[in-house]
Amino acid sequence: MANKISKNMPLVEANGVGVIRNNRWLLRDVDIAVHRTSIVSLIGPNGSGKTTVAKILTDVIKPDRGSVNRQQDLRIGYVPQKFNLNSTFPITVNRLMNLTRKHSNRAVSEALDSLQISHLAQTAVQNLSGGEFQRALFARAIVSKPDLLILDEPAQGMDYAGEASLYQLVEETRNRFDCGILLITHDLHIVMAKADVVICLNTHVCCTGTPDLVANNREYTRLFGESAQKSLALYHHEHDHEHLPDGSIATSAKD
Amino acid sequence: MLDDFFVRALIAGIGVAIVAGPLGCFIMWQRLAYFGDTMAHASLLGIALAIILEVHIFAGVFGICIVAAFLLGRVTDRSQLPADSLLGILSHSTLALGLILVSLMYWVRVDLLQYLFGNILSVNWIDIATIYLAGAVVIALLVWRWRQLVCTTVNEEIAAAEHLQPVYTRYLLMVLLAAVVAFAMKIVGIILTMAMLIIPAASARYFSNSPEQMAVYSVLAGIIAVVTGLVLSLNVDLPSGPSIVFAASVIFVSSLAITSIVATRKLKPTK
Repeated sequence: MANKISKNMPLVEANGVGVIRNNRWLLRDVDIAVHRTSIVSLIGPNGSGKTTVAKILTDVIKPDRGSVNRQQDLRIGYVPQKFNLNSTFPITVNRLMNLTRKHSNRAVSEALDSLQISHLAQTAVQNLSGGEFQRALFARAIVSKPDLLILDEPAQGMDYAGEASLYQLVEETRNRFDCGILLITHDLHIVMAKADVVICLNTHVCCTGTPDLVANNREYTRLFGESAQKSLALYHHEHDHEHLPDGSIATSAKD
Repeated sequence: MLDDFFVRALIAGIGVAIVAGPLGCFIMWQRLAYFGDTMAHASLLGIALAIILEVHIFAGVFGICIVAAFLLGRVTDRSQLPADSLLGILSHSTLALGLILVSLMYWVRVDLLQYLFGNILSVNWIDIATIYLAGAVVIALLVWRWRQLVCTTVNEEIAAAEHLQPVYTRYLLMVLLAAVVAFAMKIVGIILTMAMLIIPAASARYFSNSPEQMAVYSVLAGIIAVVTGLVLSLNVDLPSGPSIVFAASVIFVSSLAITSIVATRKLKPTK
């Protein structure tokens, strides 16, 4: 994995990025950077431009304003949010693993193993359940040992246990590959537990910082309303020990 | 004893089936049937232009198909109308324009039926050489860009994020499609062009576990259709283009039957 990617510079960074579609700003003046070994979580209401940020960073669309700097030869693993596979396209999970380039059998089975879907290797992708499909997509994204992993709502269609183990895997993947991760999710509990940096987006960047900093931000409360406010309330009222915003109690703050 | 025209028809038909197979698969996978039909209908315009400019029919059809493809790409991006309506409009207005142009050309006798329903029995060695040379280029490009084409088919965003240039790939597919439409048009005619492309691919679907397998099987299905269709047309004296397409549809129906029989067999032990 160690290659010419520089350690100190961000893997990818967008400066003052704006995207206009149909005379509407989808994104306006957005700054975002993902560094190696950090998990950046992007949260925001529907239509706030989260997926557009992912597309800008992955070069799927070009910004109308601002600039994007990507390190050279950056290996990206991308799990897009929408993925409609035509039913007439014959493809097994195994073949999906080799979609963008050919990988060794060992690499493929390792990736499938880490998602616990080795038994599905020869299954047609169309026959997977929603949760299995998301796992397969995640496995596909990490099989190339990416420098940068971009996950757009990776847990959609998963049950609660599946979701929890997937987010566990996000962290493990970061540790294993030393990659930077941009995680787009609506699940605030996960964001607060796993992310190093949280960016709260609503066309522009509302607030950004460590999870607890963002949780205490007024903009964040305004955007996420009641339930988010409740986790905030816990924060404000009991300061003799640390409450993680998911409701659990920690004696030491998360690192 | 095989007649010379029949041998030529056979060679030309097999050549077209080889290129039509994989491209027919992409038409199915990317839901381009309507799109391809528009190209095929526009090709009458290409024929008219080819006659006016005195170039080979293939060149005229190929050129007009490329223009139609790029026009469609631009229009569908910007218009509020649904894509299938736009395709319908372009498809039939180009066909109408082609018919008008052909009828205005009083100085040449244009056998319209030959273009609408194809005339594989009239292919000459120049046609065959064109089909095989251009066909070899098409196949070479397909093989060279196979991973990009497949990945773009599965998901354009992943293709873009992981440096597989989906935009160029899409253009490449359009160009290849235009070439194949020009060939198939000659063999089965404007009206049946898409059938020649889609039906073999559809027949291959249920026997394939990978895109590569499906491409190869649809070539085989296409070749069988061409051979049986031509033999049928020679012996029973039927029009050749429709015979080929009819043979292809018989193969498709048999493929469905075989799949459902296999599926029921597999289910039985659980009873």
